[in-house]
Amino acid sequence: MAERAHALSTVDGYSGYGAEQGEKKLRAAIAATYYADLGIDETDIFVSDGAKCDISRLQVLFGSKVKIAVQDPSYPAYVDSSVIMGQTDLYQQDVQKYGNIEYMRCSPENGFFPDLSKVPRTDIIFFCSPNNPTGAAASRDQLTQLVKFAKDNGSIIVYDSAYAMYISDDSPKSIFEIPGAKEVALETASFSKYAGFTGVRLGWTVVPKELLFSDGHPVAKDFNRIVCTSFNGASTISQAGGLGCLSPEGLKAMQDVVGFYKENTKIIVDTFESLGFNVYGAKNAPYVWVHFPDRNSWDVFAEILEKANVVTTPGSGFGPGGEGFVRVSAFGHRENIIEAARRLKQLYK
Amino acid sequence: MEKLQNGYLFPEISMRREAHEKKYPDAKVISLGIGDTTQPIPSIVTSAMAEYSLALSTPEGYQGYGPEQGQKSLRKAIADVVYPNMGIRDTEVFISDGAQCDIARLQMMFGRDVTIAVQDPTFPGYVDNGVIMGQTGPAAVDEESGGSRYAGIEYMRCAPENAFFPDLSRVRRTDVIFFCSPNNPTGHAASRDQLRQLVDFARRNGSIVVFDSAYASYVSGDDKPRSIYEVPGAREVAIEISSFSKFAGFTGVRLGWAVVPDELLYADGTRVARDFDRVVTTCFNGASSVAQAGGLACLATEEGRAAVARVVAGYKENARVLVDTFQALGKEVYGGDDSPYVWVRLFPGRRSWDVFAEILEKTHVITVPGSGFGPGGEGFVRVSAFNSRDRVVEACARLTSFLA
Repeated sequence: MAERAHALSTVDGYSGYGAEQGEKKLRAAIAATYYADLGIDETDIFVSDGAKCDISRLQVLFGSKVKIAVQDPSYPAYVDSSVIMGQTDLYQQDVQKYGNIEYMRCSPENGFFPDLSKVPRTDIIFFCSPNNPTGAAASRDQLTQLVKFAKDNGSIIVYDSAYAMYISDDSPKSIFEIPGAKEVALETASFSKYAGFTGVRLGWTVVPKELLFSDGHPVAKDFNRIVCTSFNGASTISQAGGLGCLSPEGLKAMQDVVGFYKENTKIIVDTFESLGFNVYGAKNAPYVWVHFPDRNSWDVFAEILEKANVVTTPGSGFGPGGEGFVRVSAFGHRENIIEAARRLKQLYK
Repeated sequence: MEKLQNGYLFPEISMRREAHEKKYPDAKVISLGIGDTTQPIPSIVTSAMAEYSLALSTPEGYQGYGPEQGQKSLRKAIADVVYPNMGIRDTEVFISDGAQCDIARLQMMFGRDVTIAVQDPTFPGYVDNGVIMGQTGPAAVDEESGGSRYAGIEYMRCAPENAFFPDLSRVRRTDVIFFCSPNNPTGHAASRDQLRQLVDFARRNGSIVVFDSAYASYVSGDDKPRSIYEVPGAREVAIEISSFSKFAGFTGVRLGWAVVPDELLYADGTRVARDFDRVVTTCFNGASSVAQAGGLACLATEEGRAAVARVVAGYKENARVLVDTFQALGKEVYGGDDSPYVWVRLFPGRRSWDVFAEILEKTHVITVPGSGFGPGGEGFVRVSAFNSRDRVVEACARLTSFLA
């Protein structure tokens, strides 16, 4: 990134507007690194300033007349952007849900995968795996069901794979590992949690050529229009950083970073388990989903903050299905994770 | 999306360029088309970005998520340096990855049930994002120009006949008025009096002005405002968007800002800034921290400000060369004084896409056809001053040969 920055001060190295879809080399490196043998090529890749921004651009693309389904609990941006776009009805305080969104409950009871036979058809299905906040990674079998469900219903899956590199078992890292997925799904991803690019801002969205609207129009064509009209490309310096991440040395470095956070996750898991809590997630994600049965999650959040000076995230912030849980994230410095663990042991001994 | 008539204007120009280069592989194509900056960024700015990048590799220097509204130091620098004595607070400045993105986010915030007015001609991003949000009806062909107009949009004609400022007494009330000054593509910078009229018009009609000041640094002299907030009362009616793109060569680096004053209220009394903040925190995650470090270096020291101003001065000189060239050829030419764009009627009576094509074919110089900016742009082409001095001079020589 520093080299690219310096180069911008030279006649030969200066570049102005880049292609809105991203620099060719980076698109090719992403395709080769993450989608080799999955039939996805560089022209299917749209580089962005991060998954959160892509989610909104996708919502602008889908427009105000679609109905979405989300996992419950899940990352709040899917629901909030849906409300902003006018896709929903009013918030219903009693059930803590917006009208006209299908909330697909994911809980320990159903192995954090919804019973699709009970889910009505929606136009769009947001599916995050490994899931934020539960940490659950869907299995090949589950994703095969999801793809079939989408195909049978003529729905589009927006698959959020921002945490894919945290997977330790053989759960699929990309929806495109599932046959038929290219006709029903697009996938967003991010360098944020792999390369520490939370401030640098870089991600991508894959929109396969095979993904068509019901009138036969390619979704990628419309997404390209949005990318050219409502966006102007990710920062060239960030993209240079992304290319560095995908070099052999960079890939190893990212794996080390992910490995470090996974070790933090283990410390957190061990702490809560030793205190007798049921914890979920963690194996395939940097999040630990801790069950506090019969307790209000905002109360638990306040208690942990007040009494231990540790910040967590109350589960109900991710949807009504998150009530009774607290999300504990593993992104801190090792010393802080250890100190937090010590304080939690004191608090809940 | 289906209502959009064509692809976005600028990728269309790129495609035409590519096709032309395929046809004439040996031609030295000179682009005076897309407003893409070409001159290197001063090293005081790029060094700051390089240093910041390297610091990210250290425990002390690493930073993760920044505030979505931008780093406080940069927000403050913009408030102090760009808006001195205008009462703009740092908390009213929202840092972005550029004006085009801000336009889309503002349109998202306004939603589909608003009506918009735009200058005609103007930067196509306002209309296209409005169409995408569902604010308009279908497009219809404008009889006079052959260009398209979208039903529901109020097009405010800006032409030589009205000195490029609309007759507001003839403009229908809309909820939002997009106003770009200095204007892209005409280059016209509205006078203080004209902007007072605009602010009064907005206040009387309960409209919000979105003032695009991306080219403010190209204004010459002191009598034309660089910011809408130089006009009393603007804080109650206007949002201002701007960009480091043409100011600092950040077209690829991606950095801009929006000012949403605390006094700007919806009809129900709620602050517009509250909603914009919600969009910024939900649909965006902040401009790149590296870009923001660069932005700060453009503003924080006299050395940085002077270095960036020198590059702008270079482009302004290019614009003067272009204006002189067209004037010497006896062409009807506008803009160039307060803008990097020159707006010229090369062949009266001929369609702008035809003129664009003929210039490209005969001189290998890329311009932008005026009708791409709205039906009011028909008959003109936009010529941009962002190339190197040598190429601008060469292009002028070719145009002179061809047109003389």
